[in-house]
Amino acid sequence: MSGSTIIFFMLAALTLFSAVMAVTTRQIFRAAIFLLFTLIGVAGLFFWMQYEFIAAVQIVVYVGGITVLIIFSIFLTQQAGELLPKQKSSRLLFSALAAFCGFALVMLQVSQHSFSATGAPSIEPTVANIGYKMLGVNEGGYALPFEVVSILLLAALIGCIVIAMRSKPATT
Amino acid sequence: MMEPGLYHLLFISAALFFIGVFGFFSRRNLVTMLMSIELILNSVNLNFIAFNKYLWPNKMDGLFFAIFIIAIAAAEAAVAIAIIINLYRSHGSIDVEQAEELKN
Repeated sequence: MSGSTIIFFMLAALTLFSAVMAVTTRQIFRAAIFLLFTLIGVAGLFFWMQYEFIAAVQIVVYVGGITVLIIFSIFLTQQAGELLPKQKSSRLLFSALAAFCGFALVMLQVSQHSFSATGAPSIEPTVANIGYKMLGVNEGGYALPFEVVSILLLAALIGCIVIAMRSKPATT
Repeated sequence: MMEPGLYHLLFISAALFFIGVFGFFSRRNLVTMLMSIELILNSVNLNFIAFNKYLWPNKMDGLFFAIFIIAIAAAEAAVAIAIIINLYRSHGSIDVEQAEELKN
């Protein structure tokens, strides 16, 4: 058993354990912290697959951005030390059943399907290659989706400001 | 012990997805539901990167899909949190059972 294998299974255990705790714990702040560890575990898996750029993006955007945003919204909307209300056990049972059945179905399909890799020479996912491809306007370039995502981010920015703006009291 | 490969990553990804689905079904608090959605989006990213690495290493399409999904997830989280804070201001609660009317 090589070191790489051991690291893989440790990352997998960290990710899955934190994910389960994030959706089952009744203290909402702990749920946010467990979500943070799940996201770090997924970033570690990206590092393990040697996709360093996407792992860095994952850490910057998810761990640095979205989790902090979620923690701030918890501070703004929850009373300190208050537990989440207990859910009905029938609802917990049925959602666990639905999730487990879906998982069993997907894993059954995956285990029966044999994937075949292409034998073509691989491209290293270095930052230079990613940059050329992302702003390329040739066949297979991603310049148009890049611009569309920029517009989407601008729209989301304006939308957030408009939604969260305190509406002025009606002036007479 | 087998060397970890595509099937292990697909297992982790599917498990993460359905943990997120479980959280989405069982929670009634909007912030925790948003956290479940983040789990689901992350599992999809893991799937794209795993397929890109093990099946099509001569292309980078999976990587770009993952990057765009991360960008869209960030925008979605920001908008969702703006909506949640607005809902808290008008209803005093972010439980979905108590948000029955959209306008008050």
